[in-house]
Amino acid sequence: MNATVIFFFLLIVAGTLVITYWAAKRTKSTGDFYTAGGGLTGWQNGLAIAGDYLSAASFLGIAGAIALNGFDGFFYSIGFLIAYLVVLFLVAEPLRNLGKYTLADMINARFDAKKVRGAAALNTIVIVIFYMIAQLVGAGALIQLLFGIDYWVAVLIVGVMMTIYVLFGGMTATSWVQIIKALLLMLGTVIISFMVLAKFNFNLVYMFSEMKTVTEHGADYLKPGLKYTDPLGTISLMIALVLGTAGLPHILMRFFTVKDAKTARSSVITATWVVGIFYVLTVFLGFGAAAFVGSKAITSANTAGNMAAPLLAEALGGDFLLSFVSAVAFATILAVVAGLVLSGASAFAHDVYGQIIKKGKISDRDQMLAAKYASFGVSVFSIILALFAQNLNVAFLVSLAFCVAASANLPVILYTIYWKRFNTSGAVTGMLTGLIVSLVLVILSPNVFSPVPGEAMFVGDPIFPFTNPALFSVPLGFLGGYLGTVLSKERDPRRYAEVKVKANTGYRE
Amino acid sequence: MEKELARSVSNPPDYEEVARSRKFKQLMNERKKFIIPFTIFFIVFYFMLPILTSYTTILNTPVIGDITWVWVYAFAQFVMTWVLSIIYIRKAAVFDKKSNEIIEEQLDKGGIDS
Repeated sequence: MNATVIFFFLLIVAGTLVITYWAAKRTKSTGDFYTAGGGLTGWQNGLAIAGDYLSAASFLGIAGAIALNGFDGFFYSIGFLIAYLVVLFLVAEPLRNLGKYTLADMINARFDAKKVRGAAALNTIVIVIFYMIAQLVGAGALIQLLFGIDYWVAVLIVGVMMTIYVLFGGMTATSWVQIIKALLLMLGTVIISFMVLAKFNFNLVYMFSEMKTVTEHGADYLKPGLKYTDPLGTISLMIALVLGTAGLPHILMRFFTVKDAKTARSSVITATWVVGIFYVLTVFLGFGAAAFVGSKAITSANTAGNMAAPLLAEALGGDFLLSFVSAVAFATILAVVAGLVLSGASAFAHDVYGQIIKKGKISDRDQMLAAKYASFGVSVFSIILALFAQNLNVAFLVSLAFCVAASANLPVILYTIYWKRFNTSGAVTGMLTGLIVSLVLVILSPNVFSPVPGEAMFVGDPIFPFTNPALFSVPLGFLGGYLGTVLSKERDPRRYAEVKVKANTGYRE
Repeated sequence: MEKELARSVSNPPDYEEVARSRKFKQLMNERKKFIIPFTIFFIVFYFMLPILTSYTTILNTPVIGDITWVWVYAFAQFVMTWVLSIIYIRKAAVFDKKSNEIIEEQLDKGGIDS
């Protein structure tokens, strides 16, 4: 570790702690804690949403995937981006109009049933824990590489920092850490992309011709099919990417941090521009890394390609740029896991404890206390799991989280808003079908079973062929919700009229 | 402002009455006419990319130099996203106006169609 790295590292730690201190003074009620009091402006929330998307997986993962697999890596960028349209056109405004703190609030605007809230909370908790373990294990490995410290120390540093942000600064601190990180990440990406373009004389045609020869794949590097050779597997992945994003609890929670649907809408627009520009630039990061670092050096640092962007920074801007990019990657991880802790805690403290156990009869002070205990609990639990998971290949947990979100949450969200006949049984069966099918299919998939030792958790032939089961689990989630509804007689057109009017006009009593 | 207006009402409005009203039905119709075609369009446009790359090699033909159609198609998805979000914002402003009218004329008065 050299002095520049330590300097940037400490700057990030100090900066975020100052934000947390400032936010802590503004976090007085439960609403402040979960949703920053609904007081973020459109562009602030837009940057924060963009920050949630620009996780280490996007910044480091996509750059690496494009560097190693050419066009196929770019599929991720496209999937995440189009997901915004799903959010904007179908989910964001009704969600903001109906909900308060959590996804379960929104579904329960239609059904006053404990089992519905319980199922929604369960999905949130499952998604958050899986996503978090993947992030923490990835973070540990990455920080180990970037700063040369032990894995367990790295996980503890990230874990302690995220706990501090959330516990003291709640959503206000989490959002501002996210906003500042999004700006830093964009700055870093623009600088590197500019330097890459300069190397190619600012000539795109020249860049593409060069890319045809510099990698070991030759002309195939620029064609699709380098990594994803199975058509249905590719389509399955694309389904999970585009539909999963609209069901991820930590993304959905962001729509409660603004005052109304109009602001929710404008924040999606800001996020679309920021994330869109970023994803276009991932092409330059990936091409640059392939050309100026080389696939051998990238894979020898990390087989998944996660070091492509930092190594490119080093190749172009030396120690200084490497240190800056490493620090930004560190901030990225911190901000994303903090957001995850908050959404996990809200499911425990607000949905399970406050609404199901206490039936909503709980003082604001007790709610806030419960939220803090839950945040602490979620953090400690994830840190312990991440410490044990060091040597397991857990990258698949991210695709599992997306799959559960797409198959268990999205069908029920859409039915709740748009289907008159939908009822409690349908909501519960829909959520549970999506969850169980996703879990089972992923366990049987090549993620968990591989004939090659070390490639997955267990050695053996996978029973289910696709790494991402969305192609099956999403239709089954919809089917589960449909059958659960039509097989039970219960219907409540009065309540649907209320939900429909509120969701579409933004009226609140 | 919506909150202030809402506070002046003590009893919840009759939502079924509002849902049946001409103005609300008209709003729902316009929303449907806008959202459904656009959603179908972007979903089809999105999935055509992996379908075309998986089952055909049609996108591997060059456009300019070594830049092939697959890259142009991929970037077109970005342009589509930006264009559709601008269109959405414009249209949503129209819906906002109508929603507010429904709130003021009906919901704040307990849900009676005026």
